[in-house]
Amino acid sequence: MKPVPFNYLCAYSLEEALHHLGSNENAKVIAGGQSLMPMLNFRVVQPSLLVDISKLVELDYIKEVNGRIDIGALTRHTTVGSSELVEKYLPVMHEALKHVAHLAIRNKGTIGGSLSHADPAAEYPMLSLLLDADIYCESSLGERVIPAAQFFAGSLSTVLNEDEILTKISFPKMTGNTGWAFEEFAQRDGDFALAAVGVLLSKDSEDRIQNIKLAAMGVGETPLRLTGIEASLVDKPYTDDLGVAAAQSLASTLTPNTDLHASANYRLHLAGELLKKTLRLAWNRASAEK
Amino acid sequence: MSEMKKVSLWVVVNGVVHEDLVDPRLLLSDYLRVNLGLTGTHVGCEHGVCGSCTVLVDGASTRSCLMLAIQANGLEIHTVESLGSPDQLNPLQKAFNEHHGLQCGFCTPGMLMTATEMLQKYPLKTDTEIRELLSGNLCRCTGYQGIVDAVRECAHKRDTGEITIQDISPRIESSL
Repeated sequence: MKPVPFNYLCAYSLEEALHHLGSNENAKVIAGGQSLMPMLNFRVVQPSLLVDISKLVELDYIKEVNGRIDIGALTRHTTVGSSELVEKYLPVMHEALKHVAHLAIRNKGTIGGSLSHADPAAEYPMLSLLLDADIYCESSLGERVIPAAQFFAGSLSTVLNEDEILTKISFPKMTGNTGWAFEEFAQRDGDFALAAVGVLLSKDSEDRIQNIKLAAMGVGETPLRLTGIEASLVDKPYTDDLGVAAAQSLASTLTPNTDLHASANYRLHLAGELLKKTLRLAWNRASAEK
Repeated sequence: MSEMKKVSLWVVVNGVVHEDLVDPRLLLSDYLRVNLGLTGTHVGCEHGVCGSCTVLVDGASTRSCLMLAIQANGLEIHTVESLGSPDQLNPLQKAFNEHHGLQCGFCTPGMLMTATEMLQKYPLKTDTEIRELLSGNLCRCTGYQGIVDAVRECAHKRDTGEITIQDISPRIESSL
């Protein structure tokens, strides 16, 4: 046995889970376990109680609600990856899901777990920023909604309180004429990204970039929205030179880390190449607004 | 450290019901190997990177080192012991043998269980698809070519009707 000793309670309703979480010191929530279990095995996390929410089937859904796509926290990566609703209304997420982990991890890992774990090189946290998602969480005191832009506090750290459970993530649907792209570079299919970039944009009647959203991951302590570069691209017609200039400006925007897998300079270089590629792809996919 | 409360576990492993009292922190991989003596499931990295401990949980390939035994409560597990037997390999195991899909054999149980799910659920029309789905399992002997060849051959035989899904599924059916 690798983890430290802890007690275990399996919840059969959200209310029960919130009660256990609120009334015990040093309790942790486990669902798919694909992020928490390695941390338990390494003893990086040493809880006194695990509250298992993996049987809460009511948190496992993908729904279309009022122009949005709502995904329950317990929805597995495999389910999101094969969802027709996601493919139709959030194509950028459908594309990004192809890079999420490996078969066995996708079978167990959940969207809520990925967001709560907040790995700066994981796809869901970055997608939530790119798509301006709303993140719903509950405690025994009630529900609160956190915009993705305010959710990530640092590497592996979020603004969730210890007695809160992430229950739902709500994405605005992408409109039909949105141009989009997601590109990632990892050392092995399904491994964490060395760098990845996502783009959403639209093309106005005069062939200029509008409503542009840019996000990057693997190149900072949290996933990042590149708002400065977004602003510099608005109202401009796309050219390859514009992409090159945007990529060059990353050097003054990003401060990636050097680690075992890649140097900071290499990550910066990758982010630049991915930015050029995604901008071109998104522009070519966008259809002009009438 | 203080004594932690044991929890009761009811699980079906390779068609056999097991009822146990286990430590909450017991990993499924250790439960299978130590408590049940099913040492076909190999333990490599113990943090979800190498894939050698892969088993089927309710038919879905799962890292048994990234699951607590107690989380398998009420579920059905299949390990490599549920495929063919040493004197009667199943078609997937035979293909691994014929294509040199193994050398030291350490990764093989995980490869076989992953490939079993792949053959049950995926079209496997291209090597790209086969390699992507196998990418969570590390092999340090073969260079993967023989493994990909074996899976491709089984997918082809499945599609031409030469073998059935039953032939490459766990042979021990649930007694439930």
